Formats: sequence, C-alpha cells, structure tokens
Amino acid sequence: MPMVALVDCNNFYVSCERVFNPKLEGRPVVVLSNNDGCVVARSNEAKALGIPAGVAAFKIGDLIKSGTVHALSSNYALYGDMSHRIMETLAQFTPEIEVYSIDEAFLNLTGFDPGTVTDYARTIRATVRRWTGVPVSIGVAETKTLAKIANRFAKKSPKSGGVVNLTASPHQERALALTGVGDVWGVGRQYAKFLIRNGVVTALDLRDATDVWVKKHMGIVGLRTVKELRGTPCLSLEQCPPEKKEMCVSRSFGQPVKTRAAMHEAIATYTTRAAEKLRKQRFAAGALMVFMMTNRFRDDPQYANSTVVELPVPTDSTHELIRYALHGTNAIFREGYRFNKAGVILTGLVPRGEIQTDLFCTVDHVGARRLMDALDRVNTRMGPGTLKYAAVGLNQDWQTKFKRRSPRYTTRWDELPVVSK
Amino acid sequence: MDVHTGILGPHEQPADAPCPLFIAAVPAGFPSPADDYIEGKLDLNSYLVQHPAATFFVRADGDSMIDAGIHPGDILVVDRAVQPGDNSVVIAAVEGELTVKRLRKSGGKLMLMPDNGDYGPLPVSEDMNCELWGVVTAVIHEL
Repeated sequence: MPMVALVDCNNFYVSCERVFNPKLEGRPVVVLSNNDGCVVARSNEAKALGIPAGVAAFKIGDLIKSGTVHALSSNYALYGDMSHRIMETLAQFTPEIEVYSIDEAFLNLTGFDPGTVTDYARTIRATVRRWTGVPVSIGVAETKTLAKIANRFAKKSPKSGGVVNLTASPHQERALALTGVGDVWGVGRQYAKFLIRNGVVTALDLRDATDVWVKKHMGIVGLRTVKELRGTPCLSLEQCPPEKKEMCVSRSFGQPVKTRAAMHEAIATYTTRAAEKLRKQRFAAGALMVFMMTNRFRDDPQYANSTVVELPVPTDSTHELIRYALHGTNAIFREGYRFNKAGVILTGLVPRGEIQTDLFCTVDHVGARRLMDALDRVNTRMGPGTLKYAAVGLNQDWQTKFKRRSPRYTTRWDELPVVSK
Repeated sequence: MDVHTGILGPHEQPADAPCPLFIAAVPAGFPSPADDYIEGKLDLNSYLVQHPAATFFVRADGDSMIDAGIHPGDILVVDRAVQPGDNSVVIAAVEGELTVKRLRKSGGKLMLMPDNGDYGPLPVSEDMNCELWGVVTAVIHEL
C-alpha cells in the first residue's frame, strides 16, 4: 500500500526562537517580516489574542509596547540552519524525502508495516523534538493530498499527540467531511468559490464528484487532486527540485533611497547575492531584470519601473552582471523619488557547462572563472562580504534594519547562546 | 518571503575536481611504498560531533563548573541526541534560563549540581519549570 507522511513544523519561526530563548515558551510571540513591516509568524498564544496573520506591525504596536506580545525581527540565518537540521534528522527515517518548504517535508513510507507506522511516526516526531527542539505534526495517508489533510487534524486535535494516520482508516471519510474544499491542497481560492457555488463544499463532496464533471470544470490537474483524495497517488515525491528558471533577490529598504549612488549600491549588492546563488547552483544567466518602486502606501510622488538587459553571452561572473545591472539601473532611475524597494532577477538560466560562447567573444572566461572561485572560497571561509566589489558601497544606509532580531545562535561564533552559572 | 531551503540530494561533488595530468613519465616499476599510508586528514568535526543535526555550540558564563574544566568564555559542544544519565554534564532550561550543571540521579530524584564548592546544589522539584536541553560532550577552551 502506498503511504506518505507529511511532517510540518508547528509555528516554525517562533519554535526556532524558543529553542534558544525558553522564556518565550507559553507566551504570545510574533515574528516580523523583513524591515519589521508585518507579522509573518504567530505562536498559538498570539493567535489566541486575535492577532491576524500578515497584520501590519504598527497595528499591534500597543500590544508590543506594553509587553503583552513579544515581537522579534525575522532571523533567517537561524531558521535556515534549523530547517537544515530538521531535514537531516528526518532523512534518517526513510530513503525518500521531499523537502517541500522551509518547514515541511514529505516522507515516503511505502513498504512500511501499516500496523506499526503510527508508532513509527511518533518516533519520528519525538526524535525531531529531542534533537532540534522544534515540535512537529505528522499526517500519514495513502497520498500527498490526503497526508496534508491528516496533518491538519494532527495539528488541530490535542488528543492526537501530533500524529494522525488516515491510511485505510474508518476516520478518513469523517476527516474529509470536516475539511472545507478550500483547504484541500491544490484547490485555489477561485476554484474553491466556484466549487462551493456548485454545492461541492467539503473535501468529501469533491472526492465523490464524477470524473467527467471534475475534468470539465477543473481540468486534468483538478482530476489529479480528486484521485489523490480517493487514495490513488498521482503526485510523486519530487526529490530533486524542479528546474530553476530565474533567481530573484529583492528587499525593502530600511530607509528610502533617493540618490542614484545609493541605488547603484543597492542594485550591486543584490546582484552580488544573486550571482553567488547562481554559481552555487552551477547556472549562468542569459538576461537580467532590474526593478525599483516607490512606496504605494505613502503620499509621495509615485514611480515604478523595470528593465530587462540581455547579455551577449550567459555569465555567472559578479563583475559582468553588476556592469549590466548598473546599466539597467541607469536606464530607469529617476531623480526626485523616494524608492522603498528594488531588486534584481536573473533569468534565462542555463547550466554552466552549456554556455555557447560567441566567436568574437573577448571576455576572458578562464580568468573570470578562477576569480569567481577564489572570491567564493574566501567568502565561504571568512564570512559573507569579506571580499566585495566597491560598487556595493561601504555605508549602505539603505540596508534593512533588524531592530528586534535575536542572535544568530547557530551560525555565528560571536552570537552563540550563553549558558549562565 | 526570501527563504531558500536546501534539498537533500546526493552528496555534492567538489566544484572543479582537478584530474591529474602526468607530464613526467610514469615509472613502471614499484609504486611508492608511502602510497599505502595516505589517509584522510584529521577532522575535528568528526572527532567532536557525533550527531551534526543535533549538535549545538553554546558559550559558558561564570565559574560554577570550574572543577569540571569549564571556564568562563569556553565553548561547549552540546549533543541533544545523547540521553542524559547520572553524572552527565547537561544544559538545562531552568525557569526560562539556560544553565550548565552536572546531573545527579538518586532515588528517582534529580539534582543539578555545580562543580564548584562555592555554589549550592539545585534540587529539581515537580513544580519547577525545568527541561533538560542537551548533554555537554566536550569543552573548547582557548589558551
């Protein structure tokens, strides 16, 4: 029998913070987005206070100031490292794992004894908790779509102890009846509206719709979802990530950027970061897009623009990419505006080994390759930004501010947690 | 959200593993006897860290564990996968504060003992908010 488990971390960002700051246990905690703009994660206690997902930070300013809610800037270095540890821990339990997001993974448990798989899932859950300190919920079922539903119940029902197995279970039908059609994995908001209008209100209704009707109204993708609800696996585990088509680095600024020089620094910095990601994945970019925008929510003069620069030959060299990115920046930058966000998207990606050079190409590819390797090696060993291009600037006043960020407990020697006497 | 997850896949190959090209003639006689003794380099990580996913580093503050060889400022290697036993040096979260102590188990009772005569033991009572966080497996003490 096919069997798949969805492991999902509970309030992942907040849980990561609590591992190193146990004082936050049992307290209402929220994590704020880049630039402390809005709430991106809430503890159960914060949810119970009625703080909605995605709310702007200033709207709960009083709760934060009075100390009722503990607010933290996002600490992505910490969350990334903890995610990696969790995935590594999970990988011991099955040869097949798909990392679905920073805090979710599917495990293929096909071939495991259905009689003991619930206990096995409990062992997995206890091990992740013990090893990393992060609580997880696990849903087990015949397909990924059903495992998602099982996971919802694992998370909601305290009686479950964090694990719900719906494989060949008499409870499966009841679980589907209690799941709104909009909460089914793969059913978008627009489809949910359409389905409810047509009397398909629960996951059970959708499972029992006829193939012909589903195919007519939701296409082949919809039919796949319905078959998954019936226990027929249609979505395989993607152990390899789908091929990347583009790579984006963009940020909101800590304070508005008004000058061309500052915009150059910002774009050069984002390009540097994107180029590093590009080389790590062994791609070269054939084109890049630069964009910038003012803050729509302010009463300022508004301007937003973007431009695409096509490269003569795909490259992964930071200096080449910066040159083209600054060229693009100059083409769209306008004086007299307060920009609050900009970014660089590298696109037209090709595997590094497949670069078609042009006959008259004058770029020194061998030299550039060696330079980039040296650059990456130094920055990996001595810390990001040890070696950088002058174009990125030295002051970087526009950088995002992380006023409430916790220490990067697991990735910086000088920010380790301190144990007292 | 600008978050990127790592995908667990086959172990990454070194970027540009150079292939040796022998310009000099290769002697056809006996190979160098030293070739048999070439081993991997010693790696402190593999010596100090048994469970990478479960191992954290923390910095010690204060002198309550000085007799265990833990000095202020030392880095402690903490393995959360190891089961704490009687006499383990542990990190415990006591009332929301991370602390390093020696764990004593006797007669079903738990005690957190400092390794310094100037400090008193801390009995772990039922109503106390105390959780064992991990087991200290090594101390990195810079000279």
